[in-house]
Amino acid sequence: MNFSNLLRLALRAIMRNKTRALLTMLGIIIGIAAVIAMLSLGESVKKRMKDEFASMGTNSIMVVPARQHRGGVDMGNSSSKSLDLSDYRALVEGCHYVAAFSPEITSSGQMIFGSNNHFGSLTGVAPGYLLINNLEVERGLMFTDADVQSLAKVCVIGQTVVDELFADGTDPLGQTVRFNNKPMKIIGILKKKGQGNMGSDDDDVVLAPYTTVQKRFLGINYFFMLQASAVSQEASQLAADEIKHILRSTHHISEGDDDDFDIFTMDQVLSSMDKVMGLLTLLLTAIASISLVVGGIGIMNIMYVTVTERTREIGLRMAIGARQRDIMLQFLLESVVLSLLGGLIGIVVGILMAYGGTAAMALSYALSYKAIGISFVVCVAVGVFFGWYPAKKAANLDPIQAIRYE
Amino acid sequence: MPANNIIEISNLRRDFAVGTEVVYALRGLSFGVAQGEFVSIMGTSGSGKSTLLNILGCLDTPTSGSYVIDGTDVARLSRNELADIRNRKIGFVFQSYNLLPRTSVLENVELPLMYNRTYSSRQRRERAMEVIARVGLENRVQHTSAQLSGGQQQRVAIARALVTDPVIILADEATGNLDTRTSYEIMALFQQLHEAGTTIAFVTHEPDIAAFTNRTIKLRDGHIVDDSPVHPLDAQAALDALPTDEDY
Ligand SMILES: Nc1ncnc2c1ncn2[C@@H]1O[C@H](COP(=O)(O)OP(=O)(O)O)[C@@H](O)[C@H]1O
Ligand SMILES: [Mg+2]
Repeated sequence: MNFSNLLRLALRAIMRNKTRALLTMLGIIIGIAAVIAMLSLGESVKKRMKDEFASMGTNSIMVVPARQHRGGVDMGNSSSKSLDLSDYRALVEGCHYVAAFSPEITSSGQMIFGSNNHFGSLTGVAPGYLLINNLEVERGLMFTDADVQSLAKVCVIGQTVVDELFADGTDPLGQTVRFNNKPMKIIGILKKKGQGNMGSDDDDVVLAPYTTVQKRFLGINYFFMLQASAVSQEASQLAADEIKHILRSTHHISEGDDDDFDIFTMDQVLSSMDKVMGLLTLLLTAIASISLVVGGIGIMNIMYVTVTERTREIGLRMAIGARQRDIMLQFLLESVVLSLLGGLIGIVVGILMAYGGTAAMALSYALSYKAIGISFVVCVAVGVFFGWYPAKKAANLDPIQAIRYE
Repeated sequence: MPANNIIEISNLRRDFAVGTEVVYALRGLSFGVAQGEFVSIMGTSGSGKSTLLNILGCLDTPTSGSYVIDGTDVARLSRNELADIRNRKIGFVFQSYNLLPRTSVLENVELPLMYNRTYSSRQRRERAMEVIARVGLENRVQHTSAQLSGGQQQRVAIARALVTDPVIILADEATGNLDTRTSYEIMALFQQLHEAGTTIAFVTHEPDIAAFTNRTIKLRDGHIVDDSPVHPLDAQAALDALPTDEDY
């Protein structure tokens, strides 16, 4: 018998027992729905996290002084003063895979304009900081290397600071504010970035030349950290190697000794996050797929019932010339169709669940096409695997006994 | 033996092992059936009629002896080869009709052709309509078996047997579930088919049914005890002679 006729037979047999078919498919429906929902939700969460990290710059690299241990006491890393101007200069000179560098130092304190004040931090950076952190100046200008040279008393502020200090609608551009009682002129306003990672406010920033912060506010000559941006995400590791090499030489670290600094690339963070998310999704999917096994056993059970109920039909088909293979395929296809139909319903339910879940978690919905593809394959596999023995039993019936079966 | 025998059996035996005992159901049968014959196989219950018919129908194979149908020795064929022989050369009619439930007359009759890939769906339909007309059910094509009387159901089964244009039709107690009038109607149909050239082997234990055939083979305990031509009664005449005031 040809395939389309067998398919028609299978569909008709299922349609004759709709309720029974639906109950049989329940396990598959639940299993597939759970798998689809899990994978889609996982995908959505992953996408959200990626987007957030990407907004921080997927190429970005951070160099911080290593945590120092003295006599078993963790001295923290801020106590270390290992990164300074000579390191910065050597890196800018020597790195090929880095598009931009910027030192970073922060001073926290009170910022005052008129009768308004705002407690925050003043971040000392180089002009390259904008590129590294995907920031843009919306109005006005970023300070220049010349401003860095001259320790200029200028700053670029974020939207939160604008809202706090200039709530009355005064144009902040050109105004002079006082930070820890020292005057700073506002020359630029950053474009709004919105809620950042872990709930921090990326718009609560005041950027100033690093020299200004070092000398005029803190009176130090080292940096808290160095930021860099690799020429591409793929070049991140090469850039990190380069940086490590140069810093080891400027710090005179001999072969075999540990670095006195740590390098983090966003690339590493992203890939380890990918791994963790992947593992988590896999685990949840594995749990969900237990339901598929239960569903498969349900199908097997009902297929045995079907074969017994239709023994006479099988006998007749054999008597009029059905080969064993024809009978086998007829029942195998019926179980595959049953499983696939369950899978289809499960996919729809799963998509709805994922849709609801992402909406509830305020995530953007990411449909996992891979999951849908896998579901189809899994359903066929479940149908074949659990339909095999009942179909085999049907095909091995003795026609003489089958046709007289009561 | 005439060369136009479509069935040729010699020294056919069939033993059944039942526990430690052996039941000798057929104990060395030899006979031939020529093209166009209408043979009845008679005998009491347990005499081996069904066992013989199963072997003739290639549902079962003999323990020993040979069986040649339409030039093919089937005694040692595989299950699949036997299935093909059943599909191409044999038409079955069973006592209990064995129609597919909730399935139309047309689809029931088309069924054997479904297992023959050489037929297109159009050819299948045309051929089925042809044989449905031959059994007089052209107005019941879309009815399901539940909507048909016993006699009509048996006609569908006969159409299903005819649809593949088999070399022989095998019927096992085909009138066993029917009343006298309907039985005669079915026998009249068989006689029509026989006159048109169909070869038929008809198992029955009722002498008045066997009387409508042209030759009777009598079995007893697995032996042929009689094999002789008979002058058949006309089933249509017998039908007409039945009292019409009876409430069927
Ligand atoms: N599958 C079987 N296993 C064992 N014995 C069988 C089997 N089929 C038939 N027989 C025996 O073979 C003999 C002939 O049976 P059967 O051909 O059915 O007779 P009939 O159809 O003439 O009534 C009986 O004794 C019966 O019990
Ligand atoms: Mg019998």
